[in-house]
Amino acid sequence: MLSYIFAGMIICSLIFAAFSGNITALSSSVLDSSSEAVTLLIKMSGALCMWSGFMRIAKDAGLTEKLSKLFSPFLKKLFPDVDEKSEAFSYMSMNFAANLLGLGNAATPLGLCAMKKLREQSEDDEATDTMVTFVVMNTASIQLLPTTVAVLRRSYGSSSPFDIIFCVWVTSALALFVGLIAAKVGNRLTGKRRILQNRRQVYRWTM
Amino acid sequence: MDYVIPVILSAVALYGLIRKVNIFESFVKGAREGIKTVYVIAPTMIGLLLAVGMVRCSGALDFLTSHLAPFFERLSYPTELLPMAILRPVSGSGATALLTDIYKNFGADSFLSKCASVMAGSTETTFYAVTMYYGSIGIRKIRHTLLSALLADLTAMVMCVVTVSLLM
Repeated sequence: MLSYIFAGMIICSLIFAAFSGNITALSSSVLDSSSEAVTLLIKMSGALCMWSGFMRIAKDAGLTEKLSKLFSPFLKKLFPDVDEKSEAFSYMSMNFAANLLGLGNAATPLGLCAMKKLREQSEDDEATDTMVTFVVMNTASIQLLPTTVAVLRRSYGSSSPFDIIFCVWVTSALALFVGLIAAKVGNRLTGKRRILQNRRQVYRWTM
Repeated sequence: MDYVIPVILSAVALYGLIRKVNIFESFVKGAREGIKTVYVIAPTMIGLLLAVGMVRCSGALDFLTSHLAPFFERLSYPTELLPMAILRPVSGSGATALLTDIYKNFGADSFLSKCASVMAGSTETTFYAVTMYYGSIGIRKIRHTLLSALLADLTAMVMCVVTVSLLM
């Protein structure tokens, strides 16, 4: 899947650049964007280390369990396959909490840790129902305070940069809802097929 | 607003001290994990940002917006938001660049700027998150993840105009 997206993007850009005469810009962008990526990585690694350092303090002090407890009723409904006491579940609820507070740099390492734990429970290289729902949750924004946007608006002369906050809440809640429903419906549809396959196998064995 | 992050950090440090945790040692351990994460995600990031940079430079995006414009005008969706709506799931920094462009051209308190701000505040960089999360653990078959995530993005792109029109 990712290979197709990657190849598709590169080939599309070549075709479009050839037709629109942007080929010079394209060839220089190849080098520029790879070095830009490294600059971005170096820039974000400081913040990432800072947040994972503080999150480690919070974890060692037992804050994880407290936050987990706060969100567990909601997350338990959302992820019925994950054991509430497992490490994966606590990483997932910490990731949720960090996202809510808008700590994107903290949420990502926590989310990656959760994925690593979820991976240990699956055998093949196919995403489990839990993984799908969890990743979809992370692609939707559940940030309470859109600080980055507000800072940007302020710098362009907005009189009240936070006046959009209610619209942001309604919009992001609806987007999250649609994403989760789609994930759940997809889980149901594709899950059924797998059960049927299993049944067929069992049938064959009993024959 | 400037208080949020320093207050959180102080609260965590204080809480750690109260619970008798060796907080600096914990911090160093965590930071080491952080640098490992950077090391793991670096190749994925370079690959994705390379592809995004190429798409942006090639004019494919402009082509797409100019051809979709008549259709969206019929739906009374502001065409000025289209480039950002298309770029948002792919590139966070690219979408931010287009957002500031809208602020510059129409004023930060205009209807368009408010819609664009709501869109930026209620979506994430979908492709980045999907690649990062699955790439880090070697999952190749992602099933309906991308479809569900893009449906959520589509909802946000429609709802940002609806909410700003109705609620502001």
